[in-house]
Amino acid sequence: MSASARSRRVGFCLAWPIADVGDEMTAALFLEQLVNGMQLGTMLFLMSAGLTLTFGVMNFLNLTHGSFYMLGAFFAATMAAWTGNFLFAVILAIICTLLVGALLDLVIFRHLYNRSHLDQVLATFGLLLAFNDLVILIWGREPLFVAIPPMLSGAIEISPGNSYPLYRLVITAAGLATALLIWLLITRTRLGMLIRAGASNREMVGALGVNIAILFSLVFGLGAAAAGFAGAMTGPLIAVQTEMGDEILIIAFVVVVVGGISSVQGTFVASLAIGIVDTMGRFLLPKLLGFTVGPALASMAIYVLMAVILLTRPRGSIAARAH
Amino acid sequence: MTRSLTSRAAVGLFLLAVALVPLIGNSYQTRLATIALVYGIGAIGLNLLVGYGGMISFGHAAFFGIGAYTVAILGLSGLTSTVVTLPCAVAAGVIGALLIGALSLRMTGAYFIMITLAFAQMLFYGSVAITKFGGDEGIATPRGHLLGFDLHNGTAFFYLVFAITLATLYLSRRIVASRFGRVLRAINDNERRAVSVGYNAYAYKLIAFAIAGGMAGLGGALMANLNEYAAPSLFHWILSGEFLVMVILGGLGTLIGPLLGAILFVLLQTILSAYTTYWMLILGPIMLLIVMFSSGGVVLLLKRAGGGSRV
Repeated sequence: MSASARSRRVGFCLAWPIADVGDEMTAALFLEQLVNGMQLGTMLFLMSAGLTLTFGVMNFLNLTHGSFYMLGAFFAATMAAWTGNFLFAVILAIICTLLVGALLDLVIFRHLYNRSHLDQVLATFGLLLAFNDLVILIWGREPLFVAIPPMLSGAIEISPGNSYPLYRLVITAAGLATALLIWLLITRTRLGMLIRAGASNREMVGALGVNIAILFSLVFGLGAAAAGFAGAMTGPLIAVQTEMGDEILIIAFVVVVVGGISSVQGTFVASLAIGIVDTMGRFLLPKLLGFTVGPALASMAIYVLMAVILLTRPRGSIAARAH
Repeated sequence: MTRSLTSRAAVGLFLLAVALVPLIGNSYQTRLATIALVYGIGAIGLNLLVGYGGMISFGHAAFFGIGAYTVAILGLSGLTSTVVTLPCAVAAGVIGALLIGALSLRMTGAYFIMITLAFAQMLFYGSVAITKFGGDEGIATPRGHLLGFDLHNGTAFFYLVFAITLATLYLSRRIVASRFGRVLRAINDNERRAVSVGYNAYAYKLIAFAIAGGMAGLGGALMANLNEYAAPSLFHWILSGEFLVMVILGGLGTLIGPLLGAILFVLLQTILSAYTTYWMLILGPIMLLIVMFSSGGVVLLLKRAGGGSRV
């Protein structure tokens, strides 16, 4: 089987469907896209927070992090169909991904923390491929569609004649609230203090009598849960299908490169920047450059941003400032 | 001396066995062997990076795709002579690798992995979005010819690929044994020391990256000729990961390893997918187990069994 013979989904599952807007560009429309960008940014933060934490504390590069996003979406879709209650489904999905994450840490990943990055990447790559096929085995190849809960299905008029979907506002707010919670956890609690200490010297933290194994499992589980939460909330906006975590994982890597791994704030700023650049690029570039060059450039915009950051601030935009 | 002779004889026998595939196998098996060799050419390049230079590139498919698209785009304008298209594809791979490498090599370690992965994915999305070059449909391109000699015959094409594989293998052997190769390994062992002795580590790494990109471009060009088709999936990050798996499967930092790994990978894939559509569900855990419980790949296992030295 050659690579091209295999069917590979070429879907921009991440790019939120943009309403057909015609040629006019109003301030309201611009604002709407900005909010869309923030929404993508907050979801990216929920993804990259776990990625940077596991990388910072355990020095572990985890490709299966995208699978947690995918599993979160699948769990939520299934639970929503069973229970009929979306909020309940999301909570269950978070708990399930947390358990999957903690279990993986316990059985497999902790044996990889001291291995080379090459070993980590290969092992988690194999696991990711397995997860992608596992969801096909369990849920089938057809994408699942999740209904937006009726309570949140309306739209809010943000200016006369322009309305914005309520659900998107709610998940953006939920994402922001979670981001704040993660920041408080890291900077204000004892657990956060241990995590920060572990990130700078984990052997020392262990030597001081902290149970490193439990700390690692907690960090890993929390990261997985955040990714699962993002997937669960995004579910109603996109097709829930296999490989849906791969794309957002790679964009989360771009976030990590741009933001550096020094701080939660850095990751947050980078997430928002990437989310807004991606959304605004897809919205503005086709208008500015026409429909042949525009979309092509728009789909590469965030990588170009990463290249610029690498050229000008090779240690990551925010990290460079912190040093 | 005798040990090195044994391993040389083993490599020779292995290559001879591969060369015999079209004579004893059917056209399907010949095609599979061709695919394995084409992947092998790309993997030999990646092995220079990962095995000798310590650069874990997770974006090797970028240059494979660039090579394939170079052939397909030249094909659109009616140019199908492999004597022209293959060198063009190599050049395109080298240029692409110089650009991506110049940026990626500013970072090391896990960052390097993420950045190479991201840039390859950028090309994937670019190739999907550029409708002029077929968008997500890809480009159909005719099988090239060699100085007027028709290559539509599967056996003829196999031997062209086989000859190119041998040449690539020889080239990688010469590179590793050269002064350049020694410096590259020295940088991999201890970059700070190599720099303090006066070597420009960045330049050496970039050149290695470019050579690997050229080899991947060559492999991609042959793949486009084989399938008579170039598609965005050739840029896909899963393929980049598979290249890494091939290199590891065969044995990191051994000359014949990547070729062996590519053949094993294609075999495993073919056998597993004949049994089940969920073959990733089996191959994935196999990869995980290989990483967790062994290192050194198949070549090392063979060495242990046969007591050979560096292959």
